Amino acid sequence: MFDALSDRLRETLGRLIGRGRVSEADVDAAMREVRLALLEADVNFRVVKDFVARVRERAVGAEILDSLNAGQQVIKIVHEELTALLSAGDRTFRLTGSPAVVAVVGLQGSGKTTSVAKLARHVVKQGRQPLLVAADPYRPAAVEQLAQLGRSLELPVHSAPQGTPVVEIARGGVAQAKRTGRDVVFLDTAGRLTIDETLMAEIRGLAEAVRPVETLLVVDAMVGQESVAVAEAFRDAVPLTGLVLTKIDGDARGGAALSISAVTGLPVKFLGTGEKLDGLEPFHPDRLAGRILGMGDMLSLIERAQETVDAKQAEELARKLQKNAFTLEDFLQQMEQMQRMGPIGQLLEMVPGLGGMAKEAQAAVDRGELKRTEAIIRSMTRQERREPGILNASRRRRIARGSGTSLPEVNRLIKQFGEMQKLMKQLGGSGARKAAMNLLARR
Amino acid sequence: MEPAERDAVAVDAAHDRQALEAGLEKSRRGFGARLHGLLAGGTTDEETWEAVEEALIRADVGAQLALELVDRARQRFAPGGPEAAIRAELSGLFAPREAVGWPRKPSPEVPAVVLVIGVNGTGKTTTIAKLAHRFKARGARVLLAAADTFRAAAIEQLGIWAKRVDVPLVVHKAGADPAAVVYDALDAAVARRSDVVIVDTAGRLHTKANLMEELAKIQRTVERRLPAAQPESLFVLDATTGQNGLAQAKAFHAAAPLTGIALTKLDSTAKGGIIFAIERTLGVPVRFVGVGEKLEDLVEFDPDAFVAALLG
Repeated sequence: MFDALSDRLRETLGRLIGRGRVSEADVDAAMREVRLALLEADVNFRVVKDFVARVRERAVGAEILDSLNAGQQVIKIVHEELTALLSAGDRTFRLTGSPAVVAVVGLQGSGKTTSVAKLARHVVKQGRQPLLVAADPYRPAAVEQLAQLGRSLELPVHSAPQGTPVVEIARGGVAQAKRTGRDVVFLDTAGRLTIDETLMAEIRGLAEAVRPVETLLVVDAMVGQESVAVAEAFRDAVPLTGLVLTKIDGDARGGAALSISAVTGLPVKFLGTGEKLDGLEPFHPDRLAGRILGMGDMLSLIERAQETVDAKQAEELARKLQKNAFTLEDFLQQMEQMQRMGPIGQLLEMVPGLGGMAKEAQAAVDRGELKRTEAIIRSMTRQERREPGILNASRRRRIARGSGTSLPEVNRLIKQFGEMQKLMKQLGGSGARKAAMNLLARR
Repeated sequence: MEPAERDAVAVDAAHDRQALEAGLEKSRRGFGARLHGLLAGGTTDEETWEAVEEALIRADVGAQLALELVDRARQRFAPGGPEAAIRAELSGLFAPREAVGWPRKPSPEVPAVVLVIGVNGTGKTTTIAKLAHRFKARGARVLLAAADTFRAAAIEQLGIWAKRVDVPLVVHKAGADPAAVVYDALDAAVARRSDVVIVDTAGRLHTKANLMEELAKIQRTVERRLPAAQPESLFVLDATTGQNGLAQAKAFHAAAPLTGIALTKLDSTAKGGIIFAIERTLGVPVRFVGVGEKLEDLVEFDPDAFVAALLG
């Protein structure tokens, strides 16, 4: 749904023709689409109203820079303002104190326990020795869940018999950490079913007892207009230091993060992606701004690539993606690397304009089609991989036989590759994209 | 950006934030009252319709649908004034409610089967406990199947609920094939002459094709083991979900055609307005509403009450 909206936004903006300065009519037309896009991305109603008013003020009469049309100039302002809002606060994850106490709070089902495990793994990688504390005595088997996650991470978990007050559990955890030389304590607190006074009082008591250096609010990326009220309720109870935005690997645009940052000034510190314990990413405001607007996330792709392949190769990939010098040979090489990088669907979603392809690609992986694709490309000669144009019928038949696949499969791959190249050409040629890339590159 | 300029922006941002916050607080207190005043006044000026549109958007109905509804309500101009007009438009989006019992139980020998599905963290397991409690209170023999073999401690969680509600539970080890759990649960249900089998499934994001395929496989397992059964597929939706709820419902509908929706975590602030788009698009009715944490806190969905609360 959002893809359609951002397409419409691009279309509306594309119709605006710059004449030196952005006119009021240009801006109004664009602002209607921007408002809809933000609302459909679950940005809070009041935040949208405020945002649109501010962008409008900045955009009317703005000078149109060389190489941009009026629409692009407006989208540039929108992107800048979104990024500024998302840049609220200090995103440093502070682990001072001995031990450093980190409390994780949030609504039921937002992903607190999984986030605690992911954060613990994250600090282990930084050389810390965390202790997990099961401070949720209410939800059935919550303690057991944390215990199991602790076991899989080979980390100690502090828990207390049922009926122990939460404050006592937390104090006990900190004491155990001191005794056993653990330098970070993660408190997994009970989820709240919206704004419950008793539980809020409990969480306040907990914060006062052990003074966490970080208190992170876990927010589900799929949450709607309610996000702001939830964040305010928690902030009124405890001194929050930041947000963890979870389930961002779905197709929700995550407007909730923008709403909360705009109203409370709290920074998003981490993104949670996937159910595996390595699914935790640092937050980049400009990238979420792009996602909310449907502009894709080329930089995240490149960064993810860097973790698994060396930097030089990643640069090469980015260059080729942009220059449209991407051959079947590169495709094969990338496929091998991508398999090491993780779910291909997640990767493709980050590439502008390829959001729709992501689902298909992931489905192909899940069906084991990538293996067949690999076999097909491997059955080609070097020249064929570089110039798919020379693949006539007899070459295709030979490839089908050699790879143990069928002619229709070979044809389909070649056709798909052609479409992909065309897509990349469009992306590379669009001025809006270039503007966005320049913007991203400057940070 | 020059340092001085950046400071100026920071100060501005802080100020905007305070102003915005004050506005939010004011609007929260005053909005319901203002809307009611406007609607009750029977006037149909621009301000009224804007307030209605705002109420719908804030309830997560969605901006595009809200615009459409207001446009149509304006043209309708029902005798009851704007309030009646917008209520009629909203009610018109609901899927038809058939009178047959739910879950369907085709014959005394064949148990009713309910697959409980949804994304992570929506409250599937709690909803299952509430459903079991509800069916049991009406004299049905209930059996639970722990087919969430993936998430840490999911089996233990359902086990605790099964004990509290006092119903039997079929479990395999963590990591086992969920379809195999379901197969065994159906065997057990036939042997025990159970009336209802409720299946807990792992939460899954609707964008993961392989996990969605796993759901389809579970449904096929039911069809193979009990061809006479008419399995129900209950989609559990968190009422705080925004516009992504429609994409979720569509994907789950494609994998295991939905026959009902349970709207969880509904309270005075989370309005669950996304269900209008879902009911209209898929024609699947909301059947239950979760309103609290106790076993009794699952009630039958009442469309009229829901519409009233949405505008309140």
